[in-house]
Amino acid sequence: MSGRISIVGGRLIDPANGIDGLSDIHIAEGQVVSVGPVPDGFTPDRTIAADGMIVCPGLVDLRAKLREPGQEHKGTIASETRAAAAGGITTLCCPPDTSPVVDTPAVARMIQDRASSAGYARVVPLGALTQGLDGQRLSEMAALLEAGCCGVSNGRRPMASLQVMRRALEYAASFDMTVFIHPEVYELANGGCAHEGAVASRLGLPGIPTAAETVAVAGLLELIALVGVRAHFCLISTARGAQLIARARHDGLQVTADVSAHHLHLSELDVLDFDDRCHLHPPLRTLRDRDGLRQWLAQDGIDVICSDHQPHEGDAKLAPFPSTAAGLSGLETLLPLSLRLVDAGVLSLSGMISRLTDRPARILGVEAGRLEPGMPADVCIFDPEATWTVDARSMLSKGHYTPFMGWEMKGQVAYTLLSGRVVHERGS
Amino acid sequence: MDKQNLQLDAEGNLRHFLTIEGLKRAMLVDLLDTAESFAEVTEREVKKVPLLRGKTIVNLFFESSTRTRTTFELAAKRLSADVVNINVPASAASKGETLLDTLRNLEAMHCDMFVIRHPDSGAAHFIARHAAPHVSIINAGDGRHAHPTQAMLDMFTIRRHKKTFQQLIVAIVGDVLHSRVARSQIHALSTLGVQEIRAIAPRTLLPVEAASALGVHVYHDMREGLRDVDVVIMLRLQYERMQGGMLPSEHEYYRLYGLTEDKLRYARDDVMVMHPGPINRGVEIDSAVADGPRSVILQQVSHGTAVRMAVMSRAMQRSQAVVREPS
Repeated sequence: MSGRISIVGGRLIDPANGIDGLSDIHIAEGQVVSVGPVPDGFTPDRTIAADGMIVCPGLVDLRAKLREPGQEHKGTIASETRAAAAGGITTLCCPPDTSPVVDTPAVARMIQDRASSAGYARVVPLGALTQGLDGQRLSEMAALLEAGCCGVSNGRRPMASLQVMRRALEYAASFDMTVFIHPEVYELANGGCAHEGAVASRLGLPGIPTAAETVAVAGLLELIALVGVRAHFCLISTARGAQLIARARHDGLQVTADVSAHHLHLSELDVLDFDDRCHLHPPLRTLRDRDGLRQWLAQDGIDVICSDHQPHEGDAKLAPFPSTAAGLSGLETLLPLSLRLVDAGVLSLSGMISRLTDRPARILGVEAGRLEPGMPADVCIFDPEATWTVDARSMLSKGHYTPFMGWEMKGQVAYTLLSGRVVHERGS
Repeated sequence: MDKQNLQLDAEGNLRHFLTIEGLKRAMLVDLLDTAESFAEVTEREVKKVPLLRGKTIVNLFFESSTRTRTTFELAAKRLSADVVNINVPASAASKGETLLDTLRNLEAMHCDMFVIRHPDSGAAHFIARHAAPHVSIINAGDGRHAHPTQAMLDMFTIRRHKKTFQQLIVAIVGDVLHSRVARSQIHALSTLGVQEIRAIAPRTLLPVEAASALGVHVYHDMREGLRDVDVVIMLRLQYERMQGGMLPSEHEYYRLYGLTEDKLRYARDDVMVMHPGPINRGVEIDSAVADGPRSVILQQVSHGTAVRMAVMSRAMQRSQAVVREPS
C-alpha cells in the first residue's frame, strides 16, 4: 500500500536537481508531491525521521544478473530484487543472457511482470542484439523496445563479424535504441581467467590481455562513429580503455561507460593464492588500472558505477580456480563501496550519488534517479556513518560469493522506497 | 579463506607441499639433506624404512603420468606406507563427480595423504583448503602452476654435481609459458640463491612480464643465452603448440632452440644437461646430447624417489603430531 509519507530531517541529495541540503520530502500515491515545504492539506500516514541520514533517489544499477529465467538455483527475480532493495537499489537493468534469451517480447515482459509482482525493484531488461545471442541474426529490436527493453546488447557473446556488428548498430540506431557493449575481443581473451600480467604469470593462470578490451573499444568506437548510434560500454576494466572512451567523448561521440564497484577497489593481487572469489570477468587488472579507473570516473570519462551482480550457488566456486564460475554478488555492497570512494577523495558525495542515480537513469532512458514532484517516489535513505560487516548470514542475495566477505563497510541503507512504498527497512 | 601460507602449520612446519613459492631456503635445504639420507636407503639391499608404516597414501592423478606416479608410488612403499593409485580420467570425472566429491569419498576411507595431479592451475591449493585437518596434500603438478617435487629433484641433482648453488648460472630453455616445472624450478633456484636464471624461448612461449614476475633474464637467441651457463634445463615441447600458432614448425624450433652439441659449446665445459622428461628427441634435444656425457637426465629420474620420500616424510611428520579427530 502506498500511503502518504513524509521523510523529514534528512540531508537531501538530488544531483540532477542540484539539491544538497536539509530538506523534507513528501510522497503521495507513489509519487513525490513536494520537496521542502508540506503541501497544503497534506497529512502523512507515516513520517520517517531521517535525522543524520542522507536521502537520495533510489539507486539505479546498470548491470545485475537476476538468473531468472533459466538459472533459478543461482537466484530468482524475487530473491535478487529483495537484495537490491536492501542495497538501496530501486531500478535494475538485467542483461539478455538468460535462458531463454531475451530475444522475444514474451521473455522481456515476463521478466518485468515477475519483478512487479515481487514488488521490490523495477527491472528493465536489455534485449538481445542478435537472436539467441548467436552473433549472426539480428533480433526483432523494435518489438523488444515496445516490450519495455531499454536497450540492446549481445552480452559477452561475440559477434560473428564486424559486418554483423555494423548492421546491428545501424538497425538499433533506426529506433533510437542504445546499444550496450561488452568490449572484449573473444579471440584475444582466449578462454583466460585472470588478467594477463605478473600475477597470472606466477600462478600459471591463462591470461586475458589488456588488449582484449582496448582493441575492442578502439574498433567499436570507429564503428559507432561511422554509424552514429548511441552506445554504452559496460564494465570497463582497464585505464587505457577508459582513456580511449574519454577521448572519443571529447571528440563529440555519443558514448557512455560504466565500471563495476569491485574494479575500483581490487586488483590482480587479490587473485594471489587462487582466491576464487576474485575470479571475475572482466578480470581484476593492475593497481595502475584500478587507479586509472578511479581517475577517469572522477574526470567523467566513466559515467556510472554498477554492481555487476552475478549470484552463484555454493557449488559454482567449489573447484580449482580456472574451473570456477566468474562473478560475485554485488547488490548489497554497491553503495558502501561507492561511499569508500568519497572517503578516498575520488568523488564528492553528490558526485558519487549522481553516478548511481541520475546518470545511469539517463543512460537507460527511464523515469528514475531524480526526486522532483511528479516523479515516482523511489528513495534511498542511508546512514552514512553506520558500520556493518559483510557476512553470509545477513546477505539477502541467493549467492554468497563476494571478495568483500568479512570487510567492514561504512554506510548502511535504512529505508528503501519504491513508488512510495517502503520495500526495505533496516533491521526488519 | 586465509592468505597466510597454506603449506605450513602454526609452527612453520611443512603441512602440505603445494608450491616452492613462499618456502624458506632452510626448508629446501633440509628437504635436500633428508633426500640424501633416503638416497642411501634406495641403494641398499632392503630398500625400506618403517617411517610411514600404517599410513595410507593415495596417488590421485587427473592427468596421465608414468614417471611421476611411479616414483611417488615407490617413495611411499619404501617408507612402508600403503599406496592406492587412482587415475581419475577413466573413472569418476567422466561420471560427473566433482573434484571435491572425489576427495570427500577418499577421506571417508581414512587416507592420510593425497598426491594429486590435475590439469587446472590451483587444484592442489583448492584441495588443501578443503581437506580434513589430518590430511596432507602433495602437489604432483597443477595446470601450468607448479610441480614442486620435480623442481626439488632437479635441485637435488644439481647439488650433487655442483655442491653449491651460489655462482651458478642456470638456463631454462623452451615452453616456459605452459610449464609448471619451469615455474617451480625458478622459485627453487632463486630461493637457493643461484647467481642468475635465464629463460630462453621465443616470445610466444614465455609468460608476459616474465622478467619481473618470475625474476629471470630473458633471451631469444639460444647461443647468447647459453653463454657461460653451468646448468641447462630443457623443457618438453608439446605438439599442440604448433597448432595453436605459437610456433611455425618443429623444424624451425629445433634449428633455433633444439639443444645440439654445437650450441652446447657456448656453455661452460662442465655444463650439466637436464630435462624433466619425457624427452622429444630431435624436437628439443639431439639424441647425442640427451645420451651424452653431460646429460644427467636419467639421474634425475632415479633421484625422484629419494626426494619424494623426503617430502612425504616431512609433511607426514607434522600430521602425525596432530591429534587425529575421531571420525
